[in-house]
Amino acid sequence: MAVAETTIDRTKAKPGLSPATRTRLNNIAIPMGTTLTLLLIWQFGVRLFEVPTYIVPAPSDVIHVFQTDFGLLMRNFWPTFMESLAGFFIGNLTAVLIAVTFVHSRLAERAFFPIAVFINTIPILAIAPILVLIFGPGMTAKVVIAALICFFPTLVNMVRGLQSVSPQALELARILSASKIEVFWKIRLPSSLPFLFSALKIAATTCVIGAIVGEWIGANVGLGALIIESTFNFRSPLLYATVFMSSGLSVLLFASVSIAEKLIVRW
Amino acid sequence: MQGGRTTAASLSAASVKFGNFTALTDITLDIEAGDFWTILGPSGCGKSTMLRLISDLVPPASGRVEILGKTTEAARLAREFAFVFQEATLLPWRSALKNVELPLEIGRKRGIEIPTGDRTPLELLELVGLKGRENAMPHELSGGMRQRVAIARALVCQPKLLLMDEPFGALDEMTRDHLNLQLLDIWKETGTTILFVTHSIPEAIFLGQKVLMLKANPGRVKEVVEIDLPMPRDIALRETPPFNRYCSQLRKLLEAC
Repeated sequence: MAVAETTIDRTKAKPGLSPATRTRLNNIAIPMGTTLTLLLIWQFGVRLFEVPTYIVPAPSDVIHVFQTDFGLLMRNFWPTFMESLAGFFIGNLTAVLIAVTFVHSRLAERAFFPIAVFINTIPILAIAPILVLIFGPGMTAKVVIAALICFFPTLVNMVRGLQSVSPQALELARILSASKIEVFWKIRLPSSLPFLFSALKIAATTCVIGAIVGEWIGANVGLGALIIESTFNFRSPLLYATVFMSSGLSVLLFASVSIAEKLIVRW
Repeated sequence: MQGGRTTAASLSAASVKFGNFTALTDITLDIEAGDFWTILGPSGCGKSTMLRLISDLVPPASGRVEILGKTTEAARLAREFAFVFQEATLLPWRSALKNVELPLEIGRKRGIEIPTGDRTPLELLELVGLKGRENAMPHELSGGMRQRVAIARALVCQPKLLLMDEPFGALDEMTRDHLNLQLLDIWKETGTTILFVTHSIPEAIFLGQKVLMLKANPGRVKEVVEIDLPMPRDIALRETPPFNRYCSQLRKLLEAC
């Protein structure tokens, strides 16, 4: 409750603010207030009911780990970051290229789309061990898993995006005697960008899941490996800190895609 | 050539079929260069199909279509004609100016010689009354403004024939009147031939020197009505008795279709 009151105080303290600034402040203050309140409930709940730290650590324990084990967390953050990023680029690039092929060749679409659907129906947890067996315990398997998880949503969205051109725009292109390549670069590709970015936003968070799942199966480093290790050693504060790092990585990638979208899709 | 004047478009016994459906049959017509024709007819009579036939979007099932003595394909490649659709069909990621420039970009890299008009894209935007809005994105423009950008885009290669398929059909009355007057000015200034499809009888009379009335099932020519009203025309013309006589004449023709 104390938090809620300070929120109100903060906005009231500056009566000279314009309504727009006040709305923006409220937009930040309200979710921040809620989050802080929940963290406080968690902190005092854990202490009040005397929950052992290895079952549920208090937020203060997790913050403490961030201070003492920051080096360890960062050492495991970078491999996961690299795997996620590499998987993101490879998976999405492959999906975009295949989508372009599908849109220009009905035969290719008929031949390969069912296979793409089939691959998508296999749970990633089931296919991950197979990929680790094939590619070994190094980074490659994790990159492939992260790429695979990005692939399907981007393929489907990109095909839709490339086909989203209005019939009249195509008639216009025909009257201007545009070549297929010109139609692609000047009309189809720009039309598909909003669809592509919807898919990239999904991929930005799922590629991290892919990398972590890959690390669960077999890895010495990475946030996934650290999750397994801290779980088995009952180092719950470290486990929680690792989970927050993972979600932080997803947020980072998601925010990057959102910023790129704002800069590129201006219509 | 007819009496020293060039024929902009010539159709002889042309027909269009979609599968078993005959959309147009036995269309024979000569449109002289510089004329303003409007096309009227009941819905489904093939008004749009006729423009699509002339613009090489649909092939004739029989008969012949020529534009300035060339085949429709040759005329398309030479950019002899331009098309204005019912919707502006602007590319939403391009500014007004960039949209007008689109026809100049298509084919440039392939080394195709693109005819450019006397007016730059910027001057064309000025001609359609959009001076100062060249950097506006399509979503920042009203429906009427978007359609004017589309007209400027159609004029950028200085076409000898302008095909317009109900270009003002989706606009409100006021905007439509305004654009009608502007179109007549553009027509006078550029000297281009215009074929204008509409479903509004007053619009057809107000704009056209000749009204082509089509008949449905299958689409064919019912009559060509010469509109003997003085140019330049203004809105007040619509209140005059001769204008109203044309209205009732065409309405009767349309009912008989």
